[in-house]
Amino acid sequence: MYATVLALLKKDLLIEWRKKHTFFGVMLYVAATVFVINLMNGQAESSMWNVLFWITQLFVAINSVAKSFLQESEERFRYYYTITSPQAFIIAKLIYSVALQCIMSLLTLLLFHLLLGSPLENNLLFTALAALGGTSLSIVFTFLSAIAAKAQQNASLMAILGFPIVAPILLILSRLALKTMNTVVVNGWWGLFMVLILLNILIIGLSLILFPFLWKE
Amino acid sequence: MRLRWWKLLSIVLVFYTLYFGLMGEVPSKDILNETIRNLYYHVPMWFCMILLFTYAFVYAIRYLSSNNIQYDLKSAAFNKVGIVFSVLGMITGMEWATYTWGEPWSNDPKQLGTALCMLIYFAYLVLRNGIKDDEKRAKISAVYTIFAFSLMIPLIFVLPRMVDSLHPGNGGNPGFNAYDLDNRMRMIFYPAVIGWFLLGKWISELKYRTDLIDYKKLYHE
Repeated sequence: MYATVLALLKKDLLIEWRKKHTFFGVMLYVAATVFVINLMNGQAESSMWNVLFWITQLFVAINSVAKSFLQESEERFRYYYTITSPQAFIIAKLIYSVALQCIMSLLTLLLFHLLLGSPLENNLLFTALAALGGTSLSIVFTFLSAIAAKAQQNASLMAILGFPIVAPILLILSRLALKTMNTVVVNGWWGLFMVLILLNILIIGLSLILFPFLWKE
Repeated sequence: MRLRWWKLLSIVLVFYTLYFGLMGEVPSKDILNETIRNLYYHVPMWFCMILLFTYAFVYAIRYLSSNNIQYDLKSAAFNKVGIVFSVLGMITGMEWATYTWGEPWSNDPKQLGTALCMLIYFAYLVLRNGIKDDEKRAKISAVYTIFAFSLMIPLIFVLPRMVDSLHPGNGGNPGFNAYDLDNRMRMIFYPAVIGWFLLGKWISELKYRTDLIDYKKLYHE
């Protein structure tokens, strides 16, 4: 199992490395988005900064994670079907997209600091939240991109399916992030934090249970 | 048409609710006044929606374990009628909120939770109608139904309770909590829930049966 997951992960990373242009494409997308925000808004004040950060995260997640299943062709799925178990396959995909999204989150954060100023009091906590947010968004979209790929649809279907599900996650994240700014005291911070963690566990659990059914033709 | 006992019961209970809901005595409360009667129409819509979605969820699981297309059609029918009830619940709620909260939409956490839940199920319709192949459509919509339903539960039951809500009974707002719901209202409210739910189940089964006929026609069975 571990060996299979590692092999699949290595394959995804290799593909990523050989098709560097897509990876740098997403990076450029992030940079261009932040730059446009900077042009339109200049240095944003803290609550606006927070909102813009999470919205950027959402769009980056849709663009980067969408590739995880949608880039695989039908024939390749059939090949994987003969050599791996569905659980190993989805676990490898989850790890891969979480890693990719975390890199993108940190990059976005860096660019936000550079171009939009930094209203943060607690940088470390916000960085941790950005990584957690990237993880949450990427696991939701990984499973949804599996659905969209099986339905032979494009990334826009994935976005339609995903928006209502990630909206509460983004709400929780932006509330959690308020703690890292000077403005307000957030009531029930740990409660919300635990809800987010439990939601993540629930989504991973559902992906592991449901993916085998999508997998079979 | 076979008229089963529960269908008869649903007709009786819905008419009972319609008549006594408007004519019965209600406690007079500040702000709420006569709008308290909305309890018989608005709240049962949500109960009904949740129950119909639960049926759809169970049928989706049964489809995945048996691959019987009839379960898929049932699951889809319950989901679709559940969506109709969610729209009705939203309309009755917004109408009520216009007179009690002063505006139809006030970003109340429960309203938001429900709006998101409606979006999830609208997305279900988009997903389902986008797939041509029957078996594939059945499988993917079953998977999505299970995924959406399992996430909807924390959305509308847990999250709104963690923050203050304008809804009656939350955060010190006047309304239908244990003290307000007096026995006269209970006598109408519980039958109303049962009556509307049976009606919803009845409509769903009719929808399922017409869908099954269409399906059989398509394959000349």
